[in-house]
Amino acid sequence: MNAKDGPIELSARDLLLFRGERCLLDGVSFSIGTGEGIALRGPNGTGKTTLLRVLCGLTEAEEGAVYWQGTDIRRQRQLWQAALGWSGHLNGFKADLTVDENLAFYSSLYGQPDYALPPELGLGDCISLPVRALSAGQKRRTSLAAVILGNSPVWILDEPYTNLDVQGIDFLNQCLSRHINGGGALIIASHGNAHADLGIKELTLEQGQLS
Amino acid sequence: MSGALKTVFLHEMQVSFRRWSDLVSPLVFFVVVVTLFPLAVSPLPEVLQQIGPGVLWVAALLAILLSMNRLFRDDFEDGSLETLVLAPEPLPLLMLGKVLAYWVQVAVPLILLAPVVAVAYDLPGNALQTLVLSLLLGTPALSMLGSVAAALTVGLRQGAGVLAILLLPLSIPVLIFGSRAVDLAVNDMATRGPLLLLAAISVLSVTLAPFATAAAVRVSLD
Repeated sequence: MNAKDGPIELSARDLLLFRGERCLLDGVSFSIGTGEGIALRGPNGTGKTTLLRVLCGLTEAEEGAVYWQGTDIRRQRQLWQAALGWSGHLNGFKADLTVDENLAFYSSLYGQPDYALPPELGLGDCISLPVRALSAGQKRRTSLAAVILGNSPVWILDEPYTNLDVQGIDFLNQCLSRHINGGGALIIASHGNAHADLGIKELTLEQGQLS
Repeated sequence: MSGALKTVFLHEMQVSFRRWSDLVSPLVFFVVVVTLFPLAVSPLPEVLQQIGPGVLWVAALLAILLSMNRLFRDDFEDGSLETLVLAPEPLPLLMLGKVLAYWVQVAVPLILLAPVVAVAYDLPGNALQTLVLSLLLGTPALSMLGSVAAALTVGLRQGAGVLAILLLPLSIPVLIFGSRAVDLAVNDMATRGPLLLLAAISVLSVTLAPFATAAAVRVSLD
């Protein structure tokens, strides 16, 4: 499914979330549309990953909601999830299966049984190796490959630059800018300045507030 | 829609055949427990025929229970549970595919082995048939109920113990009807009643448990 054809409207309204006694999200609201990107910044432990998980629908906020095309994502999980490409800290791959087998499973789960890996991804040699044998950078490339192959209109990536080498960062930036220019939306959590070339909006999460 | 079920089922089979040692341990457990009882209790055929149905069913139940906490553990740790939850397919269907694969991997070999090890109890031929049939009808229910408990406890560090406490009371009806059916067959009586009840429990759990499992997985990932 390629849902990039229509306009995109993803918004979060008044998200409130506690972890223990700590307030991680204190009335966070923002919205993002076609061809836009957000880089989420902030010190470790401020809740960037939690916010991204709330946007995906993996974690429930105590108050507030996330809206996809104007409707609460909890009311239309399948529609929202068909439009979402997510890459988190865990790569979600089976260590005993090869890169090829893992990506084939991922693609057929997303209704695209035939997939072709972009050669620039630099995975050519290790496609038939078990994921267990890959380096951290190669694992990261594999999990980004899954998102790129998914071709969803909204990409939510949690620290996508981690463990990537210079070529990897260049290639990822090319993919991300192609995604944005092609009418997609992008939200990333990022520590460094690797995303500077993309020219996307930066928001900082601190003490539950987005600024 | 059923394409997703097939995809998950085949993927699960592929993963577990790469880690075949995980598949063997419940079977070894089953065989060891079942063969040790006649050695420890009594060599008399009348005694063995009396305890056989119960021992076989308890061993099968525990073999399934002990391997159950592995159902979601690896997926939780490597993040593939997130992938399943975020896939654009109905989650209960994906869970059904997973449990179906688990049943084929663990319960089917166990059902095939049961009549072989049951020879140690001097069970008559019709009781062996009933044993296979009762396991065939009862193990789907055990697997489905186990998947709910496994999904609820996957996020806990001491999950295995909690899983056992959650699952044991739920599996007692299956155990009672299963061993009772074999017991009736040993005494040459009609086994239809308990077998039909087992089938009813399995149909009920196969239709309802995937929804509970899906909800429990979402809670565990939160």
